[in-house]
Amino acid sequence: MATEVGSTPVKAPASGGTPIHHGPKGVGEDNKILSQGKWASWLLAPTIIALAVVIVYPIISAIVMSFQKDAGLDPATGLFTAGGPAGVQNYVNWLAQQCSAPAGGTVACPPGTLGAQFWSATATTFFFTVVTVTFETVLGFWMAMIMARTFKGRSMVRAAVLVPWAIPTAVTAKLWFFIFAFEGIANKLFNTSILWTGSEWPAKWAVVIADVWKTTPFMALLILAGLQMIPAEVYEAAKVDGATAWQRFRLITLPLVKPALMVAILFRTLDALRMFDLPYILTGGANNTTTLSILVINQIRQGFNAAAALSTITFIIIFLVAFIFVRFLGANVVEQSGATGKGKK
Amino acid sequence: MTAATSSATSLRAEQDRGRRKAQNKEKWAQGRTYISAAVILVWCLAPAYWMVVTAFREVGFTYDTSILPSHVTLDNFNTAFDTSFGNRFGQALLNSIFIGGVVTLVSLIIGVFAAYALARLNFRFKYLVLGFILGASMFPGVALITPLFQLFTNIGWMGSYQALIIPNISFVLPLTVYTMTSFFREMPWELEESARVDGCTQGQAFRKVIMPLAAPAIFTTAILAFISSWNEFLIASQLSSDATQPVTVAIANFAGAQPNQVPYTAIMAAGTIVTIPLVILVLVFQRKIVAGLTAGAVK
Repeated sequence: MATEVGSTPVKAPASGGTPIHHGPKGVGEDNKILSQGKWASWLLAPTIIALAVVIVYPIISAIVMSFQKDAGLDPATGLFTAGGPAGVQNYVNWLAQQCSAPAGGTVACPPGTLGAQFWSATATTFFFTVVTVTFETVLGFWMAMIMARTFKGRSMVRAAVLVPWAIPTAVTAKLWFFIFAFEGIANKLFNTSILWTGSEWPAKWAVVIADVWKTTPFMALLILAGLQMIPAEVYEAAKVDGATAWQRFRLITLPLVKPALMVAILFRTLDALRMFDLPYILTGGANNTTTLSILVINQIRQGFNAAAALSTITFIIIFLVAFIFVRFLGANVVEQSGATGKGKK
Repeated sequence: MTAATSSATSLRAEQDRGRRKAQNKEKWAQGRTYISAAVILVWCLAPAYWMVVTAFREVGFTYDTSILPSHVTLDNFNTAFDTSFGNRFGQALLNSIFIGGVVTLVSLIIGVFAAYALARLNFRFKYLVLGFILGASMFPGVALITPLFQLFTNIGWMGSYQALIIPNISFVLPLTVYTMTSFFREMPWELEESARVDGCTQGQAFRKVIMPLAAPAIFTTAILAFISSWNEFLIASQLSSDATQPVTVAIANFAGAQPNQVPYTAIMAAGTIVTIPLVILVLVFQRKIVAGLTAGAVK
C-alpha cells in the first residue's frame, strides 16, 4: 500500500504496460507523460475554471476597484459625483489615515471614522492571531500528547474534541455571548461581575477564549496525527539509551512532529488573520475588537472602492505572512501534502 | 553464610522496592493521564452542554446555574420557530440544507476529477496547480466580498441563492480537492490494474473496483464539505436576504419579543437544533472524519 502512487513512470514497467486511464498504449515515457498531461488538464479544468471565476476574478476586480473613487454626494456642492480614477487615494486613506476633505485635498481622518481605524484594527487582528495561535498550539499539543497515550476511554476523549469543532462559529459566538452575559455562568462561576463585552480587555479576552475553545481541537487533531507518524521504536531505543522524558520530548517528539506542527500553525494563523464571525457576533467589533475583516465589511456600505482597497491590503498582509511561514519557518505545505507519495516521509 | 543470606534478602527487598516504585510510578502516570483526559472532556463539552441545558429551561430561569436541567420546558424550541418576531428560523434551516447540498454536490463532482488527476497522474505544473488550490483555500473571504457585492448588486443577484452558492464553492472546493487527493493517494490502485489483467475493461475496473473503494472517502469528503458550507457566515451575512438567509445568519440576528431583551433560551434552542445533527454525524463517522481532517496536513 505504501507504493509510490503518485509517480507512475517508476512502477509502470513493473505492471507491464501504460497506466490505465491514459492515452494510447505502448508508447515511450515522454509520450506517456504528455498523454497524462492531456488527461490531467481535462480533469483539472472544471476546478481551475471554477476557482478562477470565484477567486481570480474578484482579486483582479478588487484591485481595479481600489484605484477608483467612490461615487457619492459631494459634501461641498451637494451634487452626486460619479467617482472616476482615484490614484492611490484609497490606500492613502487607510495607510496614512488621510481622508479626503470636503474642501478638496486631504485631512487626517477624524477619530471614530472608519478611516481612522486601520492601524488599530491591524493591531487587534495581530493581537488575536498571536494570542489565540499561541494558546491553541500549547493547549493543542498538550491535548494531543494525552490522546496519543493508551488509556480506557481514549476514544471518548477523541470524540469529545470534535464537538467544539462541529459547532458552527456563529452558534459558538452566541453561546459564549450567553456564557459571558453579565448574569451569565462565567461571572457566577468565578464570582465576578465583569461586563465582558462592555470594555476593551474583557471583550478581547472573551473573543480569545471563545476562539481557543472552538479551534484548539482542530489543532490537537493535526498534532496528534503528526505524533502518530513517529515510530514507537525510536522512543524505546531512546529509553534504552537512558534518555529522560524531557529529553525524549525535546530531542525526538519536537523535531519529528515539527513538519505537521508548522502546517497546523500556518493554517490556524491564516484563519486567525481573517477572523470575522466570532468577534462580529460576540462583541460586534466594539471596544477595539474590530478586526480587519470586520472593518472591510463596515466599509462596504460606505463605499465599495475604499473597501476594495482595504480588502486588498488585508489580502497582501495574509499573503506576506503565509510567504514568511513557507519561506523561513519551514512550513512546506505543498511538499507536505504534495504529490510526493508516502515514501518520502 | 548468614551474611550471604542477609545480603540476598536485602537484594530481594531492594528489587521488590524497585518494582513497587516502578509500579507506583506507572500508576501515578496513569492517574495523571485520567485527570488530564477528564479536564479535556470537561473543557470541550461543558460549554456545549450549557447550551443544551439552557435550551430546555423556562425563560424565567435563563440564568439559573444548576448543573442539571431545571424547570424543563420545550417552549424554547417553539419560540425558535416562531415567526412573529421576524425570525425565520425554519426557512433558514431549509435554506442551509439547500445551499449546503448544492455546494457539496457541485464541489464533489468537480473536485473528485481534480483530485484524481493530482493523486494519480504525472504532469507538468502539478505543484503549481496544487499550490494554486492550496492558496485558494487560505484566501481571505473579505477579499472576495467587495467585488462580489458590487457585481451582484449590478446584475440584481443580491439576496439570491446563487449569490450565496457560488462564492461558497470557492471555500469548499479547495477543501474537497485537498481531502480527496490525500484519500486517493492512499488507495490500492494495484487492484484496478489486476482487474484489468483479469479482463475487465477500463470502465468496468473503475466502476467495479475503484468506485466501491472510493465511496467511503467520497462520503467523508461530502460530510466535511457540507459542514464547512453549513458554517459559512461572512458571505451569507452580507449577500443573503430575509428569504434566503442560512441558519448561521438567522441565529446571529435572532430577535426577541422585546427589542432590548436577548432571547437567550430561544437562541440556545436554535443553536442546539443546528448543532445536534452535525455532532451526531461527526460522532458516528468520527474515525473517517479525523482521517479526512488530518490527511492533507500531515501525510
